[in-house]
Amino acid sequence: MSKFSKKRGKSSPAISTASLPDIIFMLLFFFMMVTVLRDSDLKLQVNTPEATQLTKLDEKSLVNYIYIGRPTQQYQSVYGTSPRIQLGDKISTVDDIPLFLEQHKVKLPENKRPRITSSLRVDGDVTMGIVQDVKTKLRKSNQLKINYSAGKRAGSLD
Amino acid sequence: MAKTKTRDRMNNEINAGSMADIAFLLLIFFLVTTTIAEDKGILVKLPPWSDEEPDITRLKERNVFSVLVNAQNQLLVREEPARIGELRERAKEFIMNPTKRPDLAEGPRNAIISLKNDRGTNYDTYLAVYNELKGAYDELWDELSERRYGQPYSEEMPFAQRKAIRDEIPMVLSEAEPTNFGEEQ
Repeated sequence: MSKFSKKRGKSSPAISTASLPDIIFMLLFFFMMVTVLRDSDLKLQVNTPEATQLTKLDEKSLVNYIYIGRPTQQYQSVYGTSPRIQLGDKISTVDDIPLFLEQHKVKLPENKRPRITSSLRVDGDVTMGIVQDVKTKLRKSNQLKINYSAGKRAGSLD
Repeated sequence: MAKTKTRDRMNNEINAGSMADIAFLLLIFFLVTTTIAEDKGILVKLPPWSDEEPDITRLKERNVFSVLVNAQNQLLVREEPARIGELRERAKEFIMNPTKRPDLAEGPRNAIISLKNDRGTNYDTYLAVYNELKGAYDELWDELSERRYGQPYSEEMPFAQRKAIRDEIPMVLSEAEPTNFGEEQ
């Protein structure tokens, strides 16, 4: 015990905070790397279902997002309560999809275009009718790589 | 004020005390705007659009594993009601047919899974069914890969090995045009 009691008398030296900026910078760079500035403001309520056989989408720039869901509370007076499609940041119809795909495509170099994926972020509660319409339109527009966006499910099915 | 000597000035340091504050400010900004949204999902390749109906009459009945989902989210697998939970095992048994039953697929190369839903089917249910069917193939690929190469099937494997496995058990999941009985919401 004497070993410890000796120290007690001494005043503790100030901890050097010189390396604090470095630590903070490290964190800062980490967050700068992982950050994706939210480009579109979601007007629909989209809770994607859960699944197990998931694939990760690697290149963000090659992905375009199609949201399907019911409008959120604040937009219900404008768009109603039935499921709608959102492309980019505006509520659209199925007929706007080809243009939307084209606008995304022209921003990319030619050699990457075949790898474009459409990610369907669909609310679990909507019925397949509207999803089917979107799928048909995508097939007609020759955008065949799609991704049903889903969360990871931990447990097993009932 | 007395003029400082040059030697003194050399010893001066820039005060870095506020550096942490500046970094904190930036850090908080990025923390707030960040969405670590890693997008995951079930990757699907749609068939190209064609105007004529696919002809499925030439397929032998034993090679087709038909899954129907109605607007009440109920499943009909090979004309019998089924639950989603048992779908994966049944699909695996159908594809591989380990006991050589005459009513299951002749072989994994001949097996076709046909999925048909209604326009009133819930997306939740549809995706769960799709997930199970894809899961059946994923598990079969894993098993085959484990037997042959001693490692589970993954995208990191050499292309030739992946191709060999996918040739052995090709994933044929055909989706028919949905029926239109149920009520859409």
